[in-house]
Amino acid sequence: MTLGEIRDILDALVLTHRVDMSRDIWRAYCADLMSDVLAFSVTQSLLITGLTNAQVIRTADVADIRAIVFVQNKRPDIETIAMAESKDIPLLATGLSMFDTCGRLYEKGLRSQHGRIL
Amino acid sequence: MKLVDLVEHLSLEVKTPGADLTREVTGGYVSDMLSDVIANAKAGSVWVTFQSHLNIVAVASLKGISGIILVKNRVPDEDTLKKASQENIPIMTSSLPAFELAGRLYTLGLR
Amino acid sequence: MNRGTDGVFFLTGKDFTNAGSASSNLKGILEKMGIPPEIIRRASIAAFEAEMNTIIYAVAGMMHYSITPEVIKVILQDMGPGIPDINQAMQEGYSTAPDYIREMGFGSGMGLPNIKKNADKLTITSAVGEGTTLEFLIYLESVSQTS
Repeated sequence: MTLGEIRDILDALVLTHRVDMSRDIWRAYCADLMSDVLAFSVTQSLLITGLTNAQVIRTADVADIRAIVFVQNKRPDIETIAMAESKDIPLLATGLSMFDTCGRLYEKGLRSQHGRIL
Repeated sequence: MKLVDLVEHLSLEVKTPGADLTREVTGGYVSDMLSDVIANAKAGSVWVTFQSHLNIVAVASLKGISGIILVKNRVPDEDTLKKASQENIPIMTSSLPAFELAGRLYTLGLR
Repeated sequence: MNRGTDGVFFLTGKDFTNAGSASSNLKGILEKMGIPPEIIRRASIAAFEAEMNTIIYAVAGMMHYSITPEVIKVILQDMGPGIPDINQAMQEGYSTAPDYIREMGFGSGMGLPNIKKNADKLTITSAVGEGTTLEFLIYLESVSQTS
């Protein structure tokens, strides 16, 4: 599915500028522990997290994450958003809990592994 | 829905023998951050996490969480299991990643 | 690529604002050198985990890197507490991180296992009270060993 569809499913706000919302996302992964993100192959995924510090962006950069959605209305600070923009990692924010975020996307067909193109 | 139903539907492995699996599960919560669980989780929820540190048991007790599911076959250490047995907090493991597990719980009707 | 490059980044303990930036910089250098993406990913992940360990546990440290057509070599040297039992530290889930570190998204005990998984060779030497030196190698295609 596209980033735009994900935004709509989650009623999310897009925090970064000049994002191509037609970008395709085939996999999703949720975690708040960064080594977890690095340990399991999550390249090209949507990362769903409640952690909003700078390391999330650096971890995403190193792990080749395609986009990040922050849950429960958590927002990173301006510097962190700017860092994400410079690394071309779109950031979204939703008011939903991580459980509901995963649930809605799972219902629409997104998976962590062997993702299907939707 | 009871914990024992989740164990069956999701092929969970129970790591705390003798723990009370007849508890009702009234919701699901996913987070690895203890501060977040303390602030937001509701009593009766089942907690899905990769965090296996001893502290998870105290947090689960504090919040009245019905049980903890560790994902991706995360092995809880002996201290954690011992404490969980003492506090009667069931700990189960799943081979699934948290996203999938949460998705399946959501599909089963948990909110 | 027909020549090598090397350099060093200085790491400050507990500097979480900049934590991970040395690895990001290294990633940028590898990208500019045209190294295959999968190798870049492995090297960046290993460097990141090693960098985070230094920042979390040590007072200060250095990340030396050396890139030749044959191999990427990264050496993390720190002035930290040292590791009493390296085998234990290598176990998945084993962590000595204090609580506040866990609240920042680290300390899940996967750092050293992650480095080992991504590197072709890993050597750790440590002395309690003095510090730790961690060296990992990733071979490039001409001398490639499958991991």
